[in-house]
Amino acid sequence: MSAQAESPTTPPVTQLAGASLALVVIGGIIMASSFPGRPVLAVPIAMLVLSVILLASGVVLLVRQRGFAWHAFFLVGKWALLAYAISAGMIEFSFLHNHADGAPLLVVTLMLVMFAVDVPLLISFTVARYQTEPDAAL
Amino acid sequence: MADQVGILPGVGITVGTEARARPAVQIVPIKGLPIVAVIVVGLIVAISTDSRWALSFYHVAGGGLWTGIDLFVGLVIGPILGRLSIPARAEFSARFMPMMVLIMPTLVVMTLASGFQLGVDLGNFTSSSPNHAWLVGSFIVVGIMATIALALLEPANIAVLFEMNKQHPNGAVIATLMRRFVYTAAITGIMQIATLVIMTRVASQ
Repeated sequence: MSAQAESPTTPPVTQLAGASLALVVIGGIIMASSFPGRPVLAVPIAMLVLSVILLASGVVLLVRQRGFAWHAFFLVGKWALLAYAISAGMIEFSFLHNHADGAPLLVVTLMLVMFAVDVPLLISFTVARYQTEPDAAL
Repeated sequence: MADQVGILPGVGITVGTEARARPAVQIVPIKGLPIVAVIVVGLIVAISTDSRWALSFYHVAGGGLWTGIDLFVGLVIGPILGRLSIPARAEFSARFMPMMVLIMPTLVVMTLASGFQLGVDLGNFTSSSPNHAWLVGSFIVVGIMATIALALLEPANIAVLFEMNKQHPNGAVIATLMRRFVYTAAITGIMQIATLVIMTRVASQ
C-alpha cells in the first residue's frame, strides 16, 4: 500500500461540496434572521442556485473519476443520508410548527435538501477517497 | 468494545499491523441509537407542545454539553492527541471517535431545534427585540462552526475509523485525517467561547 495520504488525482469534491454547504448555511442564516417575518428571497435564492451548481459540478467530477471506491461511497452515504435527512427534517418541522409557508418555506425546504445531500456527500467521499482499492476493507 | 456490533459489514476486521490483536473498530455504536431515538422523540414533543421547561432543558443541557465537549476536545484532548504516536492515536481514536459520531450530531440537533423554538416563543426573533442582533450573531457563529464541522471534522472522524479497519492501515492517512480533526476541533472549540458570550448576554437581557 502506498504511504501517500491521498491520491493526487482526487477531484476537488470536498471543496465544491463544502462551498455548496457554506452557501446554504449563509442562505439559511439570512432566512432565519428574518423569521417570523417574510424575508427578501433574492439573495437566498441566488445562494441556493449557486449551491446547486457547485454540488452538481462536484458530482459530475466524481462520476468521471476512474477507479473510485463506489461501494464504500454508497455504503457510508446511505447511512449518512438517513442521519442528515432526520436532522434536516427536525429543522423543517420547526419551521412548519411556526407556520412558515409559501415561497419562504419552499426556499428553506430546498436549502435543507441541499444540506441533507451535501453532508453525506462530503462524508462518503472523504471515506471512499482513501480506499486505495475498490471496496477495500469493507 | 468486544460486545458491540458494527452497523456496517466488515467492521470485524482487526488492524493487522499490530502484534497484539485489537478489537474491531465500530463505526456507529448501535447500543446508543435507542438513546438518540428517545432524545429526538422528546425533542419533537417539546417543540410540538411548546413546553418552556422542556425546550429550556433541551437547549441548556444540549448547548452546555456541546460547548463543553467542543472546548474540551479542541483545547485539551486535541493537543494531547496531536503529540501521541500514531499507534497510540489509533488506539485512542478507535474508542473515542465512534462515540463522537453519535454524541455530537445529537447534541447539535437538540440545541439548535430547541433554541430556535425558544427564540420564537420568547419573541427574540422579532427585529425590535434587544436580543435580535445577538441571535443573528449566534447564527453566524454556529453557521461557521457547522460548516467546518460538517465539511471537514465529521468526514475526517469517520474516514479515520474506516482506515483503521483495514488489514494494513496507512499511517500517513491516519496522521493526515487526525491532523485535520485536531485543527478543526480547536477552531470550533475557540468559536464556542463566542457562543458562551452571546448566550449569557441573551439570557441576561
